[in-house]
Amino acid sequence: MTAALASENLASADAAIHLGNVSKVFGKEGADGSYRAVDRLNLDVARGQMLAILGKTGCGKSTIFNMIAGLTEPTSGTVRVSGKNPFSDFDAFRGKMAIVFQSDRLLPWRTAIQNVQLGLEMLDAPPADRKDTARQWLIKLGLGGHEDDFPHALSGGMRQRVSIARAFATNADILLCDEPFSALDESTAGKLRAEFVRLVKENGKTAVFITHSISEALEIGDRIVVLKRPAMIAYDVSFNTDTSAEERTLIRGRIGEVLAA
Amino acid sequence: MTDTTHRSASPSVADVMLSAIKNVGTSVFPFVVVILLWQFASLFFPRFLFPSLIDVFWRCLDIFSSGAMFGDVMATVLRILAGLTGAFIVGGLLGLVMARSKMIDNFLSPMLTLFQGIPALSWVVFAIIWFHGVEFRIFFIMVMTTLPAFTFQVIGALRGMSKDLTEMVFSFRPTRMKLFRVMIAPAILPDILTAWKVNLGNAARVVVVAELVGATGGVGYQLLQQQQLFDMAGALAWTLQLVFFVLLVQGALTLIETTAFRYRAVSERAL
Repeated sequence: MTAALASENLASADAAIHLGNVSKVFGKEGADGSYRAVDRLNLDVARGQMLAILGKTGCGKSTIFNMIAGLTEPTSGTVRVSGKNPFSDFDAFRGKMAIVFQSDRLLPWRTAIQNVQLGLEMLDAPPADRKDTARQWLIKLGLGGHEDDFPHALSGGMRQRVSIARAFATNADILLCDEPFSALDESTAGKLRAEFVRLVKENGKTAVFITHSISEALEIGDRIVVLKRPAMIAYDVSFNTDTSAEERTLIRGRIGEVLAA
Repeated sequence: MTDTTHRSASPSVADVMLSAIKNVGTSVFPFVVVILLWQFASLFFPRFLFPSLIDVFWRCLDIFSSGAMFGDVMATVLRILAGLTGAFIVGGLLGLVMARSKMIDNFLSPMLTLFQGIPALSWVVFAIIWFHGVEFRIFFIMVMTTLPAFTFQVIGALRGMSKDLTEMVFSFRPTRMKLFRVMIAPAILPDILTAWKVNLGNAARVVVVAELVGATGGVGYQLLQQQQLFDMAGALAWTLQLVFFVLLVQGALTLIETTAFRYRAVSERAL
């Protein structure tokens, strides 16, 4: 069987992303109204791995995502991305981490090509180079000819393609995706998912993909972590392209059981 | 044979022209009524009450063509622009600081609210007592009367910025300058232009009061002269100078809005 439980952690030095005994409490710990979103979570993501984090709404997926992105500080424990703390060493990750959000989050006052150039502007890339790179990514994602369109003139799928182009344009090593296709119809989402997987593999990225869809997790990840509230790992499985359909069905069934439990 | 050709849904040039003439006619009509009523009244009332609008027109031309009188108009215009610019800079900085620090906000907000309650004429009196130079007095009055609105508008715009978009920009780790350039400035620009439009009208009213009492030139000073001479045509002509200026600047601001906010989606159904 090519699928294997991946519960044994990597040595954190080798991991692209390392979460060691991480907890996050919103509000004052122990006080009324405080909320423990993540509880002593241990998780390592290897370089070049595509990890799908799966869980029901409110299980702490987005909190983990924000901690890896450096947008939220853990209450306790260690978060390391490429060996650095993404919250305190925030600026050190300029150009090294890119995010695709649930909604496209395009700046409405910028055209498609200007939105894709955003990350490159932060890296002080020369204007001609960044325009060229942005145009190439838009073409790769099937948006050639829409470079000068403002977001309001694009469909939901096209806008999400722009946001994927924006993330890839910076050539960051680590990609974080927070349910990026959940707002799209299944046909568009399916096409974008396939494109996304191809681009991640082609460019050798490490990706963390948050989702609440078992099918999406199986399609995207080469490892799936199922979370149960408050963000504790309930199931952790790795697989690859050799994993048979039968094995995938077994994994799907097991994930379903874990989520239902 | 049945003609199945569909008629084009887009309006013809004639329809567009007719619609434009209708729109202009609708907005001009009230002014035409007022002008006609005034002109009618001028036939029955003494000149110092309702002068003929033809007289007013010639007085306006005199002001435009006389270097000294046009200089008075320009002095007022510059005072308005200087005052608004000063208030915008100070108000913008205060807004930024207050949006960042709750403590500073708690300290300054009541003070600005208090300032909003002080009449423009009181600031004129304070300025005359506190300061010597005429120009500085007027600048001070203009800044103090328009500062709270600018500050509150900037704070509101900063707090109303989309959290999602800000987080997205933050994810690229921008420097402070870049964050301001790519996110903050474009996000708050619509509110800033609105603040300028609102404050422009206020400033045009306040500057006249300031000049009436404390200046030796400008539209306000000239209005005082017309009042002493009981010259209604002159008073109207000088007032119209300020109205023209306000309309001109409002037009420029609208042009900026149209150009800068062309990214906004427009619904075909009006509100």
